[in-house]
Amino acid sequence: MTYASLSLTLLFVLIPLALSKTLKLGLERDTMIATVRSVVQLLAVGYILNFVFASESVLYMLLMISLMIVAATLNVRKKGKNIPGITWKLVVTLLSIEAVIMSVLLGLQIMPATANFIIPISGMMIGNSMVLCILFLNRFQSEIAANEHTIELILSLGGTPKQAIHQQLMDSIKASMIPTIESQKTIGLVQLPGIMSGQIIGGANPIEAVQFQILIIFALLTCATLSSIILGFLVYPTLFNERMQKIVD
Amino acid sequence: MLQHAITFNHVSFEINQMNLLKNISGTFYKGHITTLIGPSGAGKTTLLKMCNGLISASQGQIMIEQEQIERIEPTVLRRRVGIALQSAPLLKNSVYENLALPRKLQEQKLSKEEALSFLQAVGLGANFLMREAADLSGGQKQKLSIARTLVNQSEVLLLDEITSALDPKSVREIEDLVVQLNEKYGVTIIWITHNIEQAKKLGHFTWMLKEGQLIEAAATDALFQSENPVVQSFIQREVAL
Ligand SMILES: Nc1ncnc2c1ncn2[C@@H]1O[C@H](COP(=O)(O)OP(=O)(O)OP(=O)(O)O)[C@@H](O)[C@H]1O
Ligand SMILES: [Mg+2]
Repeated sequence: MTYASLSLTLLFVLIPLALSKTLKLGLERDTMIATVRSVVQLLAVGYILNFVFASESVLYMLLMISLMIVAATLNVRKKGKNIPGITWKLVVTLLSIEAVIMSVLLGLQIMPATANFIIPISGMMIGNSMVLCILFLNRFQSEIAANEHTIELILSLGGTPKQAIHQQLMDSIKASMIPTIESQKTIGLVQLPGIMSGQIIGGANPIEAVQFQILIIFALLTCATLSSIILGFLVYPTLFNERMQKIVD
Repeated sequence: MLQHAITFNHVSFEINQMNLLKNISGTFYKGHITTLIGPSGAGKTTLLKMCNGLISASQGQIMIEQEQIERIEPTVLRRRVGIALQSAPLLKNSVYENLALPRKLQEQKLSKEEALSFLQAVGLGANFLMREAADLSGGQKQKLSIARTLVNQSEVLLLDEITSALDPKSVREIEDLVVQLNEKYGVTIIWITHNIEQAKKLGHFTWMLKEGQLIEAAATDALFQSENPVVQSFIQREVAL
């Protein structure tokens, strides 16, 4: 695709802009920001990937994965401002996910150990984990707020913090996993998953594209399960002090 | 000789730069009933929660018998010093599951017979056992919460307005139960109540709190005859209501 033909797609930006203006939705500013950011960010990534692939350097690849983890952490951290040590807890969670997924994929030689496989898959896993961590933190905090009295009750009867918060922890882990599982049930029926569409447009054999997509779906399932469980078990102890009192924020 | 169950030494409690309790010193005596009175927001619940370690003093020291409260493992402390919370929170589950909770937390079972005897103690019949706790009336919920507090068989019981939602007959039944626990089993009782007659009738000792301060702590009869104008005006206003 030439840049000239790409620029014609700006028509898709003009439509919402015009509608937002006529209907007074007040979304012009956000739409503009989103447009500019997506163009700049994607072009930058394109050039960086080009460079990293060409360099064939493991160091650059690791650097890129680290950057993804940092960006994801900074993004999620805002959702858990009141949780002590939330930053390193997120880093540990995301690193663990990346380590587990890559050990399986590369260790069993399911996927070639080259940057053009490792980086996009890492990006998908870390991105997915990021969304799950946000879902989990939102849910966990609202479950706790809604059940303050029950938590205090269990502590008052001589229960441990783990016993006091067990129900809320499990409910939140489960709730954050459900969207991933549900969306996988209907996958392919309505919308072709992005990576598969990309490969097909790029000229790949649809069966091969599907095989690859299945690999990703399975990996995302592990990713979904692990993200909220790891983060949950890292977070809950810090909500209590050593006297088994709930820390009020 | 009076033995000390719980002793406060210059205890203060601060949260968000607010002084909820100011320099409280006093003793709750073992095997006795101490009633705790004072206007809303005086800090009564705050003081009670300190006695079983749900919150810790910001300054000062609390002793459980001869031991510093921080030296006692929290789960052990909270079983020795049981509390019936003012909010009477219940699990969204059956009456039986609520009663069995204290045992379940220790990975032990509560037999049906035991459950029934705890229900009976608070005046709830056997037909309640399998009902959903959420469907009970306000008074029945309060009774269930009291019954559940009894399961740990604590040596000290902290009662936070446990009869506020009960009809007069039920109030008398619960009062009799608490007196019996005290007389028969020597359970130390600390009882917050807004019912001034109840405080007078049942207390051996009475503490009056106001605005985070311990205005007076004395034998109940002495407190009710206190010359302290703050105590007198509070009592008279409550009686007039
Ligand atoms: N966690 C908290 N954060 C901030 N303020 C609190 C907290 N807990 C209690 N307070 C405040 O401390 C004061 C004392 O509260 P407490 O519950 O001990 O009063 P009380 O004497 O039990 O009143 P009542 O008779 O209405 O139950 C109140 O003004 C209350 O708003
Ligand atoms: Mg209170």
